[in-house]
Amino acid sequence: MPPIKLYTLSTCSHCKNTKKFLNDYGVNYKFIDVDLLPGAEQTSMIEEVKKYNPNCSFPTILIGDRVIVGFREKEIREALNL
Amino acid sequence: MNEIELYEMLKKIQEPKGYFFSKDEERVLDLLKALLLNKERYGYMCCPCRLASGDRKQDEDIICPCRYRSQDVEEYGSCYCNLYVSKQWNETEGPHPYVPERRPLSKLPY
Repeated sequence: MPPIKLYTLSTCSHCKNTKKFLNDYGVNYKFIDVDLLPGAEQTSMIEEVKKYNPNCSFPTILIGDRVIVGFREKEIREALNL
Repeated sequence: MNEIELYEMLKKIQEPKGYFFSKDEERVLDLLKALLLNKERYGYMCCPCRLASGDRKQDEDIICPCRYRSQDVEEYGSCYCNLYVSKQWNETEGPHPYVPERRPLSKLPY
């Protein structure tokens, strides 16, 4: 299974659904709720997200080398062979 | 105000305009709770699915209902968060299309 990293917002419905989807499959992932980070940390995290997704929208999902923007279930399934 | 009171209040205002809460009530109440949280955090009900800058003027276009709602409901049947939807969206069984971010890059404050 490729490493999975999610950039999320704690309030975002699509982000919550992404986490729930991965939890339901028992898939391990790391996530960062960008809205909960304090000032300077948030600023540097925004720069990190923009490297993968210039729109800096959420969730931004990294699966191995692949970047998926939004809770796009079909693409996530494909990337994880689910 | 709690999310149920907010639901009742907004329903009365928004339904006559053609914007309906999604029939996924759990999701809707969760989003309304997030709006109330954002009101506490920022002083205004910023879109829960977008990162607020904390500057009301910069976030003006993403204060709920956001400036992109009408175009998104017209084109996709739902706003970006799937909070407000068209009547048809609620009457159609999913899966529904994923609403992409319409906010232009030039509006990003960060």
